[in-house]
Amino acid sequence: MSTGTQNVFQANGSGPVEYRRVYVWELPVRFYHWINAVALVLLIVTGYLIGAPIRAFYAAEAYQQYWFGWVRFIHFASAFVYVFNFAARIYWGFVGNKYAAWNNFFPITPKQRQEIVDVVKVDVLQVKMHGEISTGHNSLAAFVYFFTFLAFVAQSITGFALYSSMSNSFLPRMFTWIVPLMGGEMGVRHWHHLLMWFFVAFIIVHIYLSFYHDYIEGRGTISSMVGGWKFDRVKSAAEAAETEAKRNWGPGIKWRPAVKGHHKKPTFREPM
Amino acid sequence: MGQSIWESMQQKGYGRREFLQLCTAAAAAAGLDKSAVGQVAHVFEKKEKPAVVWMHFQECTCCSESFIRASHPIVLDALLDVLDLNYSETLMAPSGFQAEKSLSDTIKNNKGKYIVLVEGAVPTKDGGVYCMIGGKTAESILQTVAADAAAIVAWGSCASNGCVQAAKPNPTGATPISKLVNKPVINVPGCPPIADVMMGVITHLLVLGQVPELDSLGRPKEFYGRRVHDTCYRRANYDAGLFVESWDDENARKGYCLYKMGCRGPVTYNACSVVRWNEGTSYPIQSGHGCIGCSEAGFWDNGPFYQHLGSFPGFGIESTADTIGTVVGVATLAGVAAHAVVTNIRKHRVIAEVHTEDMKE
Ligand code: HEM
Ligand code: HEM
Ligand code: SF4
Repeated sequence: MSTGTQNVFQANGSGPVEYRRVYVWELPVRFYHWINAVALVLLIVTGYLIGAPIRAFYAAEAYQQYWFGWVRFIHFASAFVYVFNFAARIYWGFVGNKYAAWNNFFPITPKQRQEIVDVVKVDVLQVKMHGEISTGHNSLAAFVYFFTFLAFVAQSITGFALYSSMSNSFLPRMFTWIVPLMGGEMGVRHWHHLLMWFFVAFIIVHIYLSFYHDYIEGRGTISSMVGGWKFDRVKSAAEAAETEAKRNWGPGIKWRPAVKGHHKKPTFREPM
Repeated sequence: MGQSIWESMQQKGYGRREFLQLCTAAAAAAGLDKSAVGQVAHVFEKKEKPAVVWMHFQECTCCSESFIRASHPIVLDALLDVLDLNYSETLMAPSGFQAEKSLSDTIKNNKGKYIVLVEGAVPTKDGGVYCMIGGKTAESILQTVAADAAAIVAWGSCASNGCVQAAKPNPTGATPISKLVNKPVINVPGCPPIADVMMGVITHLLVLGQVPELDSLGRPKEFYGRRVHDTCYRRANYDAGLFVESWDDENARKGYCLYKMGCRGPVTYNACSVVRWNEGTSYPIQSGHGCIGCSEAGFWDNGPFYQHLGSFPGFGIESTADTIGTVVGVATLAGVAAHAVVTNIRKHRVIAEVHTEDMKE
C-alpha cells in the first residue's frame, strides 16, 4: 500500500482516511440485478392489475381495445425474462468472483453466523455502533437473498403452473402437477398472488437498506450496483493481518470458484 | 337379461329409423366420426346391454335431475328404457327388501360386467353413520358394488371431489369415490354435471366398451380438457379489459366480461360454454352470472363467489391476499421510516465520523 499519509484509521477519531477500490459486482451480476429489478417491478405491476383490473374503457367495442391482453402479455414476457435471468445468476454463482459465489448465501461457516448476529446488533437494533463492514454482501443480507431466491423459485413454479392452462409449450407443461397439490388453480392463484406481497416488502426494505448503508458507511453502496466498485477502508498492517487471520471462507467448502484461474480475482487498485 | 339395445327397443315399439337416430346421436355423444355410426349400430344390435346400478349417497339428486334433461330425448329414452337400470333409489319401482334384492341379484348375475354410477360422496367419520341405506353404511355398500364392477362413474362434484359436504370443516368426513375404491373411477364433476356430458360418458362406455381418455384428475378429456374461459363468448371483452363492475351497471347490460365479479371461468375446467345447458339454451355466464367453478374441487371453500380472490382464512370473509399484503406493505413502510429516524438519532456520531474523514483536503 502506498502511502505518504501516516496514520490512518482511528475508530473514533478524525483525520484523513484512505480507501481502496474493490471491484465487487462483475458485469453479469450487475446486468442480472437490473434486469431482475425491472422484470420484477413489471411483474408486480402487471400481476396486481391481473388480480384487480382497473376500469379503462377507451372504446365501445371489444375488438378496438386490448389493454388487458397487453397487461397479461407483459406479465408473461417479463416472467420468461425473469426466470432465465435468474437461471443465469445461479450459473454465475459457480463461476463468478467470490462476492457472487453461491456459498455467500448460506450461513455455513461460524464466521458468517457471527456476522449475522453482528449485523443485527449494528444495523437493525443499533445497540452497537461499529461493526466489521463486509465488502460483498453482508451475511444477513445474503441469507435474506437466499429466501428471496426461494420465493423466486416458488413464484416461478406457481406462475408456470397457472400458465400451463394456456400454453402447450414444454416449460409451463412441466409444472401442471402443482395444480392439484395446491387444491386447483384457485389455490395456485391465491399463493401466487400472496407471494407478490413478499416481493413488495422485500423491495421496500432492500432499497431502503441500500440507501441506509450508503448513507451510514459512505463507501458507494448504491453506485456499486452500477459500476461494480465499492470502497474499502485501508487498514493498518496490524489490523489487516488480524482481519485476514479471522477471514475464514469456510473449511467445508473445498471448491471455491474465486481462486480458479480462468476468471478475474477481485481487483484491488491503489488509490492515486 | 341377454337382450341387446335394438332388441329391447323393438319390444318397446321403436322402429328402425329411431334406432338409427339413436345410434347417430350416441356416436356423436361419444365423440365418434360419422363413419362410425355403422359400428355403433352393430354394437347396439348385437351386444348384450350392460346392467347398470345407480347409487345415491350424500347428494341432492341434482345429478339425476340434470341427467333426465338431456337434450337428445331419444337417447335419453333409450338409455333409461333400455339400460338395465337395475337399481336406483330414486327411479326404481321396488322398495324395501325387494330393492335390496335387485341390487344383490344384479351383482351376482353380472359379475365383472355391470356399470356402477355413483351420485354423492361417502361419509367416513364415526364409522360412516351419516349415510346408511338398509342398515348398511354407504362405504360398505360402495365396496360391495365396486368389487365386481366393470366400470365406475362418479357423477357430479360430490362423488368426484366431495362438493358441499366436504367443504370445511367437512363434519361427516365426506370422501370422493376415487379415494375409497382401488379401481379407476371416471370423474364427471359439476354441481350438477351437464346432462349431455353425462350422456356422452355413458354412451362412450356402452358404445366403445371402454373408459374414455381421462386427465390426471380422472375426468374425461373430451369434456374437461378446456377451461370455461377458453371458449366463453365474453372472452373478447376480457382481453379488451371491458369488465362488469357491478351487477346493475351499464356494462352488465352490454354483456361485458364478468371477471371482476368473481367469475371462476379462468380456473374451471368444464364444457359449459360449448355444450351449454337445457338443450344448449344457455349457461350461467350467458345469463349474466359469473361461473362459480362448481366442477372444481373445493369450490365452496374458494368463496366468496363474487370476489376475484378467495377470502383469506382467519381474516374475515372479505379479506383477500391483498388485504394481508396491504397490511404487510404499510407495516414495512412504517418500519423502514421508523428505522430511518432512529438511525439519525442513534447513529449521529457514526455519521459525523464519516464526515470528518474528508478533512484531508
Ligand atoms: C416474482 C414475480 C411475479 C409476481 C410478483 C407475479 C404476480 C402475479 C399476480 C399478483 C398475479 C395475479 C393473480 C390473480 O389474482 O389472479 C399473477 C398472475 C399470473 N402470473 Fe405472475 N407473478 C410473478 C411471476 C410469474 C411467473 C414467473 C410466471 C410464469 C409464467 C407468472 C405467470 C402468471 C400467470 C399465468 C398468471 C395468471 C394470469 C391470468 O389469470 O390470466 N407469473 N402474477
Ligand atoms: C426493484 C427491485 C430490486 C430488486 C428485486 C433487487 C434485488 C436484488 C438482489 C436479488 C440482490 C442480490 C444480488 C446478487 O448477488 O445476486 C440485490 C443486491 C443489491 N441491490 Fe438490489 N434490487 C432491486 C432494486 C435495487 C435498487 C433500486 C438499488 C439501489 C439503488 C439496489 C441496490 C442493490 C445493491 C447495492 C445490492 C448489493 C447489496 C449487498 O451488498 O448485499 N437494488 N438486489
Ligand atoms: S365471463 Fe368469465 S369465463 Fe367469460 S371471459 Fe370473462 S372471466 Fe372468462
